[in-house]
Amino acid sequence: MDNLRKELLRPSAESKQEVSGKVVSYFAILLIGGLVGTILIFLTVKGIALFTGNHFSLREFLTGVNWQPGHHHFGALPMITTSFSVTVFSGLVALPLALVVAIAITEMLPSRVYKFFQPVIELLVGIPSVVYGYLGLTVIVPQLRQMFGGTGFGILAATCVLFLMILPTMTSMTIDSLRAVPQSYRQASTGLGATRWQTISRVILPSAKSGILTAMVFGMARAFGEALAVQMVIGNTTVMPKGVMESAATLTSVLTTGIGNTVMGTAANNALWSLALILLIMSLAFNLLIRLVSRKGVR
Amino acid sequence: MHPEKVDKLATGIILTLAGIVGLVILSLLAYILATGIPHVSWDFLTSSAESFRAGGGIRDQLFNSLYLVVLTMIVSVPLALCAAIYLSEYAPDNRWTGLLRLAIEVLSSLPSVVVGLFGYLVFVLQFGMDFSLLAGALALTILNLPILTRSCEDALRQVPYLQRQAGLGLGMSKWRVTTKIVLPAALPGIITGAILSAGRIFGEAAALIYTAGQSSPAIDYGDWNPFSPASFLNPMRPAETLAVHIWKVNSEGLVPDARAVSNGSAAVLIITILLFNLVARYLGYLIKKKLTK
Repeated sequence: MDNLRKELLRPSAESKQEVSGKVVSYFAILLIGGLVGTILIFLTVKGIALFTGNHFSLREFLTGVNWQPGHHHFGALPMITTSFSVTVFSGLVALPLALVVAIAITEMLPSRVYKFFQPVIELLVGIPSVVYGYLGLTVIVPQLRQMFGGTGFGILAATCVLFLMILPTMTSMTIDSLRAVPQSYRQASTGLGATRWQTISRVILPSAKSGILTAMVFGMARAFGEALAVQMVIGNTTVMPKGVMESAATLTSVLTTGIGNTVMGTAANNALWSLALILLIMSLAFNLLIRLVSRKGVR
Repeated sequence: MHPEKVDKLATGIILTLAGIVGLVILSLLAYILATGIPHVSWDFLTSSAESFRAGGGIRDQLFNSLYLVVLTMIVSVPLALCAAIYLSEYAPDNRWTGLLRLAIEVLSSLPSVVVGLFGYLVFVLQFGMDFSLLAGALALTILNLPILTRSCEDALRQVPYLQRQAGLGLGMSKWRVTTKIVLPAALPGIITGAILSAGRIFGEAAALIYTAGQSSPAIDYGDWNPFSPASFLNPMRPAETLAVHIWKVNSEGLVPDARAVSNGSAAVLIITILLFNLVARYLGYLIKKKLTK
């Protein structure tokens, strides 16, 4: 009897397979989760070493304008300012243009045009940032030099490059959010006698608002974290930017040039990791912002 | 002003602006291709790079880029697929799952330079891999995982629930339903997503300069033993990719024909990514046609 009982209650091959499959897939997701935790912990630990290990004051780090690692001056404000200005500028320029292109494609032009442009936009989204940086170096910088004098390197050149880089992403996301507006809204508005522009400005744009804002924040987050494209055109001078045509440096550009030239564990190296921590915190902040903006749309 | 006049004016302004933007962007794209393609020759693709003299090619860089994509896909596809299966088939709708989803979202928003630095810290220094293809592939895996997991999960969710019910009704376990019914049906979406993400990591540079390194030592394409140091298959050798090459040639600029080399490399990069996109689209179309027949 006991034997029969055992026999009957024994897990079948099928259920064994089920358990092992579930465990394997759960393990994969845990690995990803653990990876994220590890990244956050490692970069935080390295990032605060400058303040805990080298006893540099956090306030001086965030508000100091003097970045001379050789002389133990680690004022990161110039880089923070430059990073924020290129991000905000490129986002502000890209938003209206992405909107205009998206409106033209979804609301005004025949759907054939969309079918043609969709793969083109996809290709542009996929173009590596290095290529945009190279384009900036060979086309935009000489052009700016000719127009405004100086070297051509600087915040304006970086803004142009980032704007070109984030425009396709933002356009494609804006197109998606405009297309997500139900067709019945357009019909209802036209049925009430509204012109196309009235429909667009008073019905479609308000209902796609959160999608459009998400696209903008997403683009700006990409611009903020971009390293090589910016590093190629910004000029890499770690001083407080005085104008948009002056050579400057962003958090990312200092990181790319600096990490290889400093010795692990020194204050100069730790300061760079602190810059990386700022980048990390900002990318989390952008993430939060996107969540807030897109949640508003659901309501 | 009369609403119709406003409408006409707005339409005119929007179409003109959109036209200008489109033209500028397309002409830039055309500019890269037009300046780059004349420099792309068989010789350029098959000769190795020069450090100081003109006339270098991109053979090693191109191979490294492709090899790195393959290595990354070998690590990231199974992981992402399993994670996606868990999220779409097993995950209960609770806070813990929400946290795991948040983790994936956070991972996808990390700037690639931050991922590169983490790779440098952990893979290169901590694990003692030095600058190597393997360290680069692991860094790229971190970049690739969230995108790939999301696209796999989307593909799995597209499969109608009715098909799962049919399988479960026949007494199949959930795992068997997933692998025998859901996975084959979701395959086109998964493949398309994988190829598109491969295109993305093909052009990645910021995550690689401190993981895969910026140098490409002489490699022997006849040596098929992946453990011999000179072999082209050895995953422990440092490897400069095409995108890193463009950046390096321009920022250090020791070769006299940096412009020509980078023009050619940029064109090759764009054309390869275009090929990735086209193949992904075509495969998706092909499989869809086969399934709907």
